[in-house]
Amino acid sequence: MSVMAQLVSRKEAIAGKWLARVIDTYPPETARFLRGQQDPFANPVGQATRHSLNTLVDMLLAELDEAAARTALDPVIRVRAIQAFTPAQAVGFVFDLKPILRESLGPAAQNSEESALLEDRIDRLALIAFDVYMQCREKIYELKANEMKNTTYKAFARAGLIKDPDQGAGQ
Amino acid sequence: MADETPKPSELLSKIDYHTPSTHWMDVPVNIRKGMYCYASNPKSVEYLGLPNARAWNPIEEDWKLPENWQQILHEGFKERLEKFRSIKVFMDICVRCGACADKCHFFIGTGDPKNMPVLRAELLRSVYRNDFTLMGKLLGRFAGARPMSLAVLKEWWYYLFQCTECRRCSLYCPYGIDTAEITMFGRELLNLLGLNIDWIATPVANCYRTGNHLGIQPHAFKDMLEFFVDDIEEITGVRVEPNFNKKGADILFITPSGDVFADPGTYTCMGYLMLFHFLKEKYGLDVTWSTYASEGGNFGSFTSHETMKRLNAKMYLEAKRLGVKWILGGECGHMWLVINQYMDTMNGPADFLEVPVNPITGTRFDNAASTKMVHLSEFTADLIKHGKLDLKPERNDNKILTFHDSCNPSRGMGMFDEPRYVIKNVANHFYDMPANTIREHTFCCGSGSGLNAGENMEERMAGGLPRANAVKYVHEKYGVNMLACVCAIDRAALPASMAYWVPGMQVTGVTELVANALVLPGEQERTTDLRGEPLPGMEEADE
Ligand code: SF4
Ligand code: SF4
Repeated sequence: MSVMAQLVSRKEAIAGKWLARVIDTYPPETARFLRGQQDPFANPVGQATRHSLNTLVDMLLAELDEAAARTALDPVIRVRAIQAFTPAQAVGFVFDLKPILRESLGPAAQNSEESALLEDRIDRLALIAFDVYMQCREKIYELKANEMKNTTYKAFARAGLIKDPDQGAGQ
Repeated sequence: MADETPKPSELLSKIDYHTPSTHWMDVPVNIRKGMYCYASNPKSVEYLGLPNARAWNPIEEDWKLPENWQQILHEGFKERLEKFRSIKVFMDICVRCGACADKCHFFIGTGDPKNMPVLRAELLRSVYRNDFTLMGKLLGRFAGARPMSLAVLKEWWYYLFQCTECRRCSLYCPYGIDTAEITMFGRELLNLLGLNIDWIATPVANCYRTGNHLGIQPHAFKDMLEFFVDDIEEITGVRVEPNFNKKGADILFITPSGDVFADPGTYTCMGYLMLFHFLKEKYGLDVTWSTYASEGGNFGSFTSHETMKRLNAKMYLEAKRLGVKWILGGECGHMWLVINQYMDTMNGPADFLEVPVNPITGTRFDNAASTKMVHLSEFTADLIKHGKLDLKPERNDNKILTFHDSCNPSRGMGMFDEPRYVIKNVANHFYDMPANTIREHTFCCGSGSGLNAGENMEERMAGGLPRANAVKYVHEKYGVNMLACVCAIDRAALPASMAYWVPGMQVTGVTELVANALVLPGEQERTTDLRGEPLPGMEEADE
């Protein structure tokens, strides 16, 4: 069996281990909840995390399409980007996959070409994760900056109650 | 030698992201940027006559507290335990069963255990046990007690402003413990030391002075409504004529000032004007606005019960001065919490008003027999039920709708069906979100109770996640593109939450939808909705 085929046959176990590590980045009480509550509406963080990781494992073992990877990473990163994580902690979970894959391959396959390919894919995934993270943070800053402008200012401006300081007196 | 240097991958694999298990009392508070609102402006605090007005910064070490702050807190606690039986009971009866633990949107979104309602309450209870119970005094930490300290105070402040007083947790508590009231009580204690946030203190001061949170003076309030009158004329060809401060009108209408001054509430406000015009033309109903009681919201309720009472009184004094029969309330959230839960005890009974009767349908609103205040959705639903409105729901056909139950009208007053009934009669495409996220189980918008500022965006996004997650579901499943609600804070807060979690989702008030469908007597053929967007089938006419 090729290295890839071996991993595909163990896909669920790999995704499960990865999920367990990501969930353990939360305090224990929270981790228990994230793991235990299966209702997707009662536990959106657990659900987003589980769903993202499953899709990503599938993708890594087949082919890494950049756009699809971005879509799969978005929900979990979007959540982590507003929680109490540093940037490294928010995206670092992607690297957690390396030891898990190595462990699941055993020493013989570790230096195989496919193993190198996988490590390379994980690195690319991490870079995409960082991009997504930055986009989320930028969105937050934009929302912070425009909050007042988007609501009150716009309504006042429409009503002509705000004079643009740049406008000349004659206008 | 070289072999001994670990490879980056080996280093990475050794990083332990595990969070160690630590007792919550030993986890120090970390006041994180984006998770708190700026401290109150001393001028506002002073204007309201509240204690310890000074400039201070939550992330600085020194909070500039009065010398005897511990004594002030202890006495404030004691006084309120004697005054409010509910607080005393809530401090004593929790069995820590955990039923409430995972029900809070802030816990779900932040993953921070101190946002579990039971722990939020424990923050205060631990001090209660230490100061007021024998077991706590004798056994200390073994009995879950701990003394007040600066670190504890900071923890109180941080987490009491991560509760939107939404009451979702209390729904699941077998004892009915209301963590929202515990938060209200805790914030009241913090106020004794001048520990408020500006997003609350300044609106309260404004409201006290000019009648509304934004501090808009009467003439500007009138100007803004008149601007809407022009806009309505442009869209419908009909010039509506609102009454201001009209003595002897049938009904006084009060809505949050957010509807008058902030998008997209402004379109709902246009809806109010159109509905009242219709009712005047068709049935002679005389509704007046007030430029004095120009605020339905009550940020005072996020400060202290005295402040809440002061702001609430204004509405009733104005109703008395104008000699109206009863009060109609607009699409607001916490206004209804104040009206339904506290008004009667604070400023009631309003026996100078009549038990509200809809003069057009004859319906008597016995549910408002004491407060004399009816919610606009109840009123509109009643009109529709009796066939009193001329409606063209197809004008809303490009809007695929869902409805967000705002915490206060749903859990605070039990209004679930009226807004849905109205929406289904003025629009043809409506899909509810999953059952455990609506009606009494509704998730907060994440920005209620005065937390809808800009600087705490991370907090708002985390708190808003469970709600947004359910919206996303109906968006993906049914193509829902518009989120309707009956609360001005929702209309102000949900657009940001949607922009982050469900891009493309728009937010609307229910009365905006009503007005889109409502056929005004003598109107021209409309080509756009109230936002100036082409009506379905009119896309070309608009070009
Ligand atoms: S009232 Fe709402 S915000 Fe406050 S603890 Fe309960 S669920 Fe959380
Ligand atoms: S559900 Fe009620 S009794 Fe149980 S832990 Fe929560 S507050 Fe305490």
